[in-house]
This record gives sequence, structure tokens and C-alpha cells, in this order.
Amino acid sequence: MSKSSFAPTRRGLLAGAAGAALAAPMLNRAWAQAPVEINMLAWYGHAEPDMVSEFEAENNVKFVPKYYAGGDNMLALISQSPPGTYDIILSDAEFVQQLNAAGYIEEMDPSLFPFDDFWPEYQKFPGHWTGDQLWSVMVRFGLLGVSYNTDALTREEAMSYNAYWNPKVTGKVGHFDWHLPNLGQMSLLMGNRDPSPFDISEEAWEAVKEKTLSLKPQVGGYFDYGGTFAALKNGEMLAMAGIGDWITGVLQKDGAPVASVIPEEGGIQWTESYSIGKGSQKQDLVVKFIQYMLSPRGQVRSIQMAAYPGLSPTKSGWKAIQEANPAEAERSGLIEGHEQSPIKLLAEKRIFFRDIPRQQSLEDWNEFWSDYKTA
Amino acid sequence: MSKRFDPYPHVWRLPLLIWQGLFFVGPLLLMVALSFWVVRNYRMEPAFVLDNWERMLGREVFWNAYGVTFRRAAVAAALASLIAFPASFALAFRVSDAARRWAIFFLIVPFFTSYLVRVYAWQVLLAESGPINAVLGFGGLGPFTMLNSAFGAMVGYLTLVLPLVVILQTFSLAAVDRTLIEAAWNLGASPRATLFRVIIPAAKVGLILGFVFAFILSFGDFVSPFYLGGSKPPTLSILIIDTTKSGQQWPRAAVVAVMMILTLFAVASAAVGAAYGRRR
Repeated sequence: MSKSSFAPTRRGLLAGAAGAALAAPMLNRAWAQAPVEINMLAWYGHAEPDMVSEFEAENNVKFVPKYYAGGDNMLALISQSPPGTYDIILSDAEFVQQLNAAGYIEEMDPSLFPFDDFWPEYQKFPGHWTGDQLWSVMVRFGLLGVSYNTDALTREEAMSYNAYWNPKVTGKVGHFDWHLPNLGQMSLLMGNRDPSPFDISEEAWEAVKEKTLSLKPQVGGYFDYGGTFAALKNGEMLAMAGIGDWITGVLQKDGAPVASVIPEEGGIQWTESYSIGKGSQKQDLVVKFIQYMLSPRGQVRSIQMAAYPGLSPTKSGWKAIQEANPAEAERSGLIEGHEQSPIKLLAEKRIFFRDIPRQQSLEDWNEFWSDYKTA
Repeated sequence: MSKRFDPYPHVWRLPLLIWQGLFFVGPLLLMVALSFWVVRNYRMEPAFVLDNWERMLGREVFWNAYGVTFRRAAVAAALASLIAFPASFALAFRVSDAARRWAIFFLIVPFFTSYLVRVYAWQVLLAESGPINAVLGFGGLGPFTMLNSAFGAMVGYLTLVLPLVVILQTFSLAAVDRTLIEAAWNLGASPRATLFRVIIPAAKVGLILGFVFAFILSFGDFVSPFYLGGSKPPTLSILIIDTTKSGQQWPRAAVVAVMMILTLFAVASAAVGAAYGRRR
């Protein structure tokens, strides 16, 4: 009989048992202290094991997530909870100002975060700062453009938002059911680039509405997160407005014939950042976690997040993904000078930050979106 | 000695009253009150303004959605009643007791799985690249667009209500007094006359109840019009979701909900009138 190296010896067993017996009273105190719970308010996926398990193990903490869908939903959840409920809040950039205005977040110390490592374009992200006061730290972003079925449309055809009107996709154009990205894309198609597709006059807004309504005969449906995945995956929709690689990147991994491009008219950037919840008792740990997420190993996780991929705002993040997963770096353009590199697109003025409407109210846009759906 | 108050029977009535109060009357009143509140900075504040009512009822969107929802629910209820009737009739009159018991059992089984899961299954089946179109393709037909259409939504409604309607119809038909049917035969009524003048009137309550349940469930359903109908066009339940999603407008959503409840009250009381009302 061969002796396995794992087979216990009598002596080892006794020693182990004695050690365990001696240590037992300490179990809940010293080295096996119960983990500190950190309450996180975030989009789905941010507190899943692929994102936080390493940090949890190293720091003996446990993330308790509350997931939301959309900025309005996030603001409502905070407004309905007592201060200090959430230690860390992940927010879309356009909602940080509202978090700040309502006093839901703590001011942050810029010297604690590696802004030198950020691409200059992202060092002072609009809305995250008021003057030199910092309220939120950007952690990842992504681009929205034309998402399409590669069997139905060519890349050239998809390089303009006019692709949605292409007869090849009649009845097969889906909408991600949220007005901001969809109407932002329509606004870009109408040439509203200066200063931003979200900062448009009444006249331009009327034109956007008219153009949007003309798309109606092409539309096959309006979908939530899960519905968008299903509709693209089973080929029910051949083009999808209002989304980007955060959906098609996941489907590509599954082998679905879908892709996203940033069309000639320009794309829209979504931006996620972390803030410290007002009144949190665990601010030091939260800062440590944000530092971890911005470190190269945190960024590699963020770029490949299982729920939906995101891009990295840091130079070291780009380098890290190029080493860790060259194919992913190539796919998402996280290489300097790459044709779809976000920094290059930004320099070419083909990327616009998603925003709330500046000259109309959010309600105007939303009401039009409801009207459009029933039209 | 005067008659003493005997609490015993009242105690047994209490749970129902408490249940109704806690889970029906209370929330209903809250929702009516909510429809007059205002939203400031994503926070609801108690108030008494008519603005929400004016805004919702003044918009074409609401009435379009109302029309679609009412029509679809009525069609679903009618279709379910018609499709169910032959099956229920067979179960009530043509099969053995054992077979009927098994059939009822199998009609209950669908409720074991979540309705949402069943609807996701339909998404796969109805897809353009799905098995149904594949089979039709062998016969040189299609492919048909079934998902994200009124047809898809109707399939979902029937998935939800058909087993229930069959069960209700079967019980009411099985309860029809057989001597009435025999009497009709003895008096020389044709099968057709027996069906329409004896069986259906005798089973009226159950048949109407089946229709009303189908209407109520379809009218308020969110899952089918959203996941199989592609929100095209939106129904009232989808409008509620949209309204709450943007700007946290729960008060305006409450307006929609109150209108839905009023509609269901009207339909239900009309149905009760039809079911139990006196023959004229």
C-alpha cells in the first residue's frame, strides 16, 4: 500500500487536535475575526466574487451589495434609507452631481488616489469635482454605439446610426429601454456635437424627436437588460440602439455573431465612479477598496467583469490587461494608437460623455420616450 | 338574564377581516392617497395636488395604453373561455372520474413553475430561429415573427390563464344536475338546444367566473406584454414601470394603478351581476 503524503500520522493528528483545542476560544477574536461588512450600492455585478473576492480575503471584509438599475432607482434607494446605510456608492457620472447636491456623499481626498496614473482626459472628470473638491473617483467606463448582428450588417453599414433605418433590419431594430442613450444617439445623428448631444436647443430637440419617430416602423421591441441579451443572442433583433460593448462583449464570449462599433457620428460614453456614502463608519476601508480597484490588478478584474466589461481610465490598467489578456486588450482597444482606442476616439471628438439633458428637463425626454413607444 | 355577548363566532371571522384590512383596504387607501403626493428631488412628499391626475389622464399615452390593455385582456379572456370550453365539456361529461382527477392534476402542474420561467421558455420556442419556425420551415412555411408582437403577448396570456379557466369551467360543468340534461332529452331537445338552453345557463356562474379571472389576470399582467410582446405597444402595467423608473414618479404610477383597479371593479361587478342576476 503506498502511503499518501496526505495520510495523517498519529503524532500530527494529536498535535493538530491540541492546537485546535487551544485556539478554539480565540476563534472569534484574534485571527479569525468576523469580517467587516461593507454595504455597497451599485449596478449589478460589482460586488460579485470575480470583482471583490481577492480584496475580501486580503482585508477580512465582506461586501453586502444592494443592486440598482438606473440612476433614478439609485437616488430613490438612497433617499429612502437612513444616512450611513451605504458605505460605498457606485454611480453613473451624470448622477454624481445629484448625489452631491442632495448631500448623500462624502468629500474625498484627491491625494489618496492615483490620478497621475489616469489618462489626462479622465483626470478631472466633469461632475466628479467642484473646483478642487473631489466627490467621486472614476473607476471604469464604456462606449455606446451601434450594436449589430454581424451576419445581417457589415461593419461599414454599421458605421453610421443610419444603419437603424437599413431595410435589412426592418422590424428587427431593438431599443434598450432607456431614453438617455437612445435619444443621445439620435441627437448625434442629427449632428448635435457642439458642445454635446445632450446640450441642445428647443429647435434641435424638436428635430431629434421627429427623426426618432421616423424610426418607429423599423422597431421590433423595447428591452430591459435581460431582454436585450436574449433578443440579440437569438437573432430576434439584428441591430440594437442605446447599448454598446457592455452587452455585445458578453455575448461575443458566448460565440454570438454580434459586435459594437463607434459610428462616424460619434459614440456616447458611460462612466462609473465610486463615492463614499455620507456618514459611513468604514471610510478607511472604502478608500482602500477604491485604491485596490484602481490598481493594475483591480483594473484587470474590472475590464473583464463577468456581468459586463468596462474600459480602464488608468495607464497602468492598460498595460496590465495587455499582459494579462492580450486578446481582450486588442478587442476592446486598450492599446495606444489602436483604431478603437477610447483615448484616440476622444481626441478625434468622436466620444461624448453621457449626460442629463441640459436645456430640457429629464421629464421632457422621458415623456417623449413614452410617447414614442406608444406612437 | 340578558343575552350575553358571545365572542366565539366573531373570533373566527377576525382573520379574514384583518387579512383584508392589512393587505387590501390599507394598501388601496395608501395608493389613492399616494396619487395626490408630489415628488421633489426623488423623494415623495405627502401633499394634495391634482397635478398627477391631470398629467396622466391628459396624455394620449395613457389612453392608448388603456385601450390596448383592455382590448387584449378581453380578447385573452374570450379566447381562453372558447378554447377551454370543449376541453372542460369533455372532462365534465365524457371521461371517467379517474381521468378527470388526473386531468385536473395536470392542469395544476403548470402552476408549480414560475410563470416568468414559462414565459422565458416561450421566448426560445417562438423565436424566429426557434423550434416552431424550424418545424414550419420543413413545410415550406415562414419563418414567422411571433416574438415581440401582439401574438406573442397573447400566447403568454393564455399560458397564464388557460389552465385556470379549464379548471373553473370543468367544476361548474361537472356540477350541472344530470337530471336536468336527461329531462331536456326526454322533452325532445336537440343536443344543440340542450347545450345552449340547459347546460350553459346552469353552469353560467363558473363560466363567467373563468372569463373574469382570465380578464383580471391578463389586464394586470406585466410579464407577457413585456417579454413576449416586446412592449410594443406598452400596456398599463408597462406604463407603471416606465413611470416609476424615470424620476421616481410613484404618485403618477399610482394614478395608473387606481384607474386599473376601478376598471377591474367595474368589470368584476358587471360579471357578478351577469352571473347571479335574475333572468329577465
